[in-house]
Amino acid sequence: MNFTLKIWRQKSREAEGGFKTYAVKDIPPDASFLELLDVLNADLIRKGEEPIAFDHDCREGICGSCGLVINGRSHGPHKGAATCEQRMRNFRDGEEITVEPWRAKPFPILKDLVVDRTAFDRIMLAGGYVSVRTGGAPDANAIPIPKPVADEAMDAAACIGCGACVAACKNASAMLFVAAKVSQLALLPQGQAERVERAERMIAQMDAEGFGACSNTYACEAECPKKISVTHIARLNREFIRAKLI
Amino acid sequence: MDAGKVKFFPRREMLDLVVADGQARGIVARNMVTGALETYQGHAVVLATGGYGNTWYLSTMAKASNATAVWRAYKRGACFGNPCFAQIHPTCIPQSGAYQSKLTLMSESLRNDGRIWVPKKKGDTRPPQDIPENERDYYLERLYPSFGNLVPRDVASRRAKEMCDNGYGVGPTKLAVYLDFGDAIKRNGRHWIEEKYGNLFDMYHEITNEDPYRLPMRIYPAIHYTMGGLWVDYNLMSNVPGLYVIGEANFSDHGANRLGASALMQGLADGYFILPYTIGDYLATETFQSLKETDEPFQRTTKDVTERIGRLLSVRGKTPADDFHRELGKVMWDNVGMGRNKKGLEAALKEIPKIRNAFWKDVKVVGTADSLNSELERAGRVADFLELSELIARDALHRQESCGGHFRVESQTEEGEAKRDDRNFTYVAAWEYAGDGKVPKLHKEPLKFDYVKPSQRSYK
Repeated sequence: MNFTLKIWRQKSREAEGGFKTYAVKDIPPDASFLELLDVLNADLIRKGEEPIAFDHDCREGICGSCGLVINGRSHGPHKGAATCEQRMRNFRDGEEITVEPWRAKPFPILKDLVVDRTAFDRIMLAGGYVSVRTGGAPDANAIPIPKPVADEAMDAAACIGCGACVAACKNASAMLFVAAKVSQLALLPQGQAERVERAERMIAQMDAEGFGACSNTYACEAECPKKISVTHIARLNREFIRAKLI
Repeated sequence: MDAGKVKFFPRREMLDLVVADGQARGIVARNMVTGALETYQGHAVVLATGGYGNTWYLSTMAKASNATAVWRAYKRGACFGNPCFAQIHPTCIPQSGAYQSKLTLMSESLRNDGRIWVPKKKGDTRPPQDIPENERDYYLERLYPSFGNLVPRDVASRRAKEMCDNGYGVGPTKLAVYLDFGDAIKRNGRHWIEEKYGNLFDMYHEITNEDPYRLPMRIYPAIHYTMGGLWVDYNLMSNVPGLYVIGEANFSDHGANRLGASALMQGLADGYFILPYTIGDYLATETFQSLKETDEPFQRTTKDVTERIGRLLSVRGKTPADDFHRELGKVMWDNVGMGRNKKGLEAALKEIPKIRNAFWKDVKVVGTADSLNSELERAGRVADFLELSELIARDALHRQESCGGHFRVESQTEEGEAKRDDRNFTYVAAWEYAGDGKVPKLHKEPLKFDYVKPSQRSYK
């Protein structure tokens, strides 16, 4: 398959960026989107040009490192898949594809398609954990959790922290991300100890980082590679109000 | 971290270990955004940098996973234990083309309900649904009636390779076997399979464009875990005082083989239950010279790192680092993979230095040292893989027995199973760096078994 790629190039955080057009030829339909960029980069290196910088690691949709806006969509057109899981067979032969980094103020561009997502790390630090003091191992059956509850917690835990929700949102809101983290722990007994502070502190940090507010357009749910539902945002709001009342 | 006791430095890569007065006292790291070299000083260094499976290029490892931290520590005196012990996982999605950058693991759990088979006829090109039941060879069930499809990873992997080598492989590349859920779906219904394995089936469908509810999956073995790593004592300290190594980065816990989920076990055991107690003893009983980051050991090590980066950038050849890595991966997979023999290992020991020399003559690293430069990162890692691979091959050649994941073709039973040689090889091989171009020194740490006796495994 052949493609024309319009890719955002930017030398550094401070530098001004712009689109550059590249042609790539003979890409096997089973190649992933990142493998397409690998092929292009190998060509660029041979020509002595700087390859396109992009983040990636596991390349199987679980680490959350990769994340590109492809044809205006976070992670590209194929639903429920991270950028690394997009296969070229889902594009049209000869298609012109536009590739941009996540665009949101709290995610400054470091180079080309690489953005700084440490804002998410700081939100996690503000409460996205449970503290455990170990003693004797508890009996695994001593705290029964109903399957629907466990399933819902698992659905929230599927969040890989990639930032697609922020990039998809017109307000650059991080509500779906924070909701997934808060919801996962609020549903489980292990998360109860810090439940109140968690909701308050994570939301305060989210605001401090400059993420926008939620205006219920559900763009985040539509673009989430893990198909996380906005019902978790509803739970986050309840957790927040609960924290204010307790 | 929230308590302020741990500080986190994202986008830093350790490029060397600082040893002062024989003690590990810090590291030199590169800030991967600005390219600046940074030094970090402390009373001890803990490496938790993972395994070296990407030496083989294609593996189930994440792409950025690399051996640079452990390899730099090795070159500063830490011994490397059992480098040839690598686990090859049987249920990975087969490679589909030369462009491929990594392999994806399908969970082990699939073997609970999936049945592995190949056609009985060599070179059978019929689609799987057209091959009748009596023309299928469920070879694991045939060879191992009591364990069947649940034999250990190394056995399942080796038998799959054997079937493909003998011409029974399936799919476009003929390097795959079927993992078939037809019977399980008939027995329990599609819904039951969906509940249990839905996400894995979706993942398989996404990658291969084939629906595993209708057609059997195609699987093939891939490098998945490295049991070898830096040698450590019971306190998880290497032979360099103050250098601790935990998790997959060290050689401990797994021996020559590894059981499913034991990587998590090692992560917990090393990081949570052992290290917090043992490192305190070292810190409390050792005496430390006062040392600043402006002192000679840090300056000297930083200079070494600067020179190395300069060398990579100054080659100015024509070939991207990745091409050398792929070439190395092929040599490793063909000769230091599932079945290893003297001839192949000797060939690898000739080939690897050739690729390494070609790399240092012809690698092209575009960009500068003082900026975000993923090509420079990659080239540095490939350079280290090109050295470590030789040690892996050397270790595999010296261990003339089969044990666990290390299968020496010359050492097998009549039925083609791994044959141990406990009289001659009941030891950990700990290799000590002796200088570039020199044969590393082999130390043997004897293994003593008080309660269990190592014996021939049988899954019949």
